[in-house]
Amino acid sequence: MTALAALIRRDVRIALRVGGGALIGVLFFLTVVVLMPFAVGPDLALLSRLGPAILWLGALLASLLTLDRLFMADHEDGSLDLIAMSRTPLELACAAKALAHWLAAGLPLIVATPVLGLLLNLDMVATGAVALTLLAGTPALTFTGMIGAALAVTLHRGGLLMAVLVLPLSIPVLIFGVAASQAAIVGPMTFGAPFSILCALSLVSLVIGPFAAAASLRHGLD
Amino acid sequence: MSLIDLANPTRFLALTARVLPWLAAATIIVLTIGLYQSALAPDDYQQGATVKIMFIHVPNAWLSMFVWGVMSIASLGTLVWRHPLADVAAKAAAPIGASFTFLALLTGSLWGRPMWGTYWEWDARLTSVLILFLMYLGLMALWRAVDDPSRAARAAAVLTLVGAINLPIIKFSVDWWNTLHQPASVMRMGGSTLDKSFLIPLLVMAVAFTLLFVTLHLAAMRNEILRRRVRSLQMMQASQKAA
Repeated sequence: MTALAALIRRDVRIALRVGGGALIGVLFFLTVVVLMPFAVGPDLALLSRLGPAILWLGALLASLLTLDRLFMADHEDGSLDLIAMSRTPLELACAAKALAHWLAAGLPLIVATPVLGLLLNLDMVATGAVALTLLAGTPALTFTGMIGAALAVTLHRGGLLMAVLVLPLSIPVLIFGVAASQAAIVGPMTFGAPFSILCALSLVSLVIGPFAAAASLRHGLD
Repeated sequence: MSLIDLANPTRFLALTARVLPWLAAATIIVLTIGLYQSALAPDDYQQGATVKIMFIHVPNAWLSMFVWGVMSIASLGTLVWRHPLADVAAKAAAPIGASFTFLALLTGSLWGRPMWGTYWEWDARLTSVLILFLMYLGLMALWRAVDDPSRAARAAAVLTLVGAINLPIIKFSVDWWNTLHQPASVMRMGGSTLDKSFLIPLLVMAVAFTLLFVTLHLAAMRNEILRRRVRSLQMMQASQKAA
């Protein structure tokens, strides 16, 4: 348990310090959202209608961008081999690393959402709904993305390939995330149904992700 | 003859060399019967002659999911039992499955144009099959990204098993989301709703396409084994020259 806590603490600390790159995700998120009015025009009514979708897409791309750091740095300096050889099960270590990654790279995205919602002319309820769905959905993005990150590490040149492999898996999360936020804003569906499916997706990926990532790491490292 | 005996690639090659001509002949015969029956099937009272697209479209759609299922079982073989032919089977199946999926999408959209008035609709079944197609392509890219086949096999096996989650989503998408695509009519509780004059040609075509898949798959596996032999011969030659 202390080993896992130490791993989480270490990963969060590395990610947040100079060169860690976790906050670059937020900067990228901001840039994507700022680009949108240039693409669709500065019509505020249209922007507020597209708002949840734009925020979700931005968060999805931003979390994808930071994913390859999940194992890459540790693989380069050799600490991934140490983690794989330690007495802690690799599945748990993977889960801890993903959790740390989510704390350092996913949580800031959610914190940034209210500010970006202002730029897109979203009202309080809509911003709250999007932030809540992101809070429930981004763990699923991190934990399914971890499978792609583990594959990419063992492939050595899998950066772009990772995006192609991971994006199809993240489509359900995107569908239900946007559906839940739209339901909160305009109805006619209730917020609860798509939101609980979103939570379920996160829980399922919490189970599958560490096992698949550990399996591909174990096979790839030897 | 058991699965263990087949683990020897030489024996596998010898066996398939004998079986393949028969399989190919069976495929041609059943496919001919199926096409003949499909051509004779009556026009639908609503859809007219376009209903005959079904006899091509539905087997393709079934096979697109069936092939991923075969690949998932082969991936289990790679990861759990380390069966030497399992990764050959998984690799050879991917392009065939991608072709079936593409044909299902293509015939579906050609059918959709006269029936629904649109080539494409972001409906649950169509979208989930499109995702399946993207995953086939991603998997093929993954196979090609690694030089060493056995390393690529294990990475691809993990991804195949994760992607298998998509299969039940596709199967039940028409029941869970009530959108444009019609709900299941052949395989459902309480028997098929399809009339016999349509059902029999459809099932014959399904058998024909499955035979076609088995034939193509065995042939592709043979090619893959031979390709690996050539590769290892080249590696041996290269290391001899270096020494």
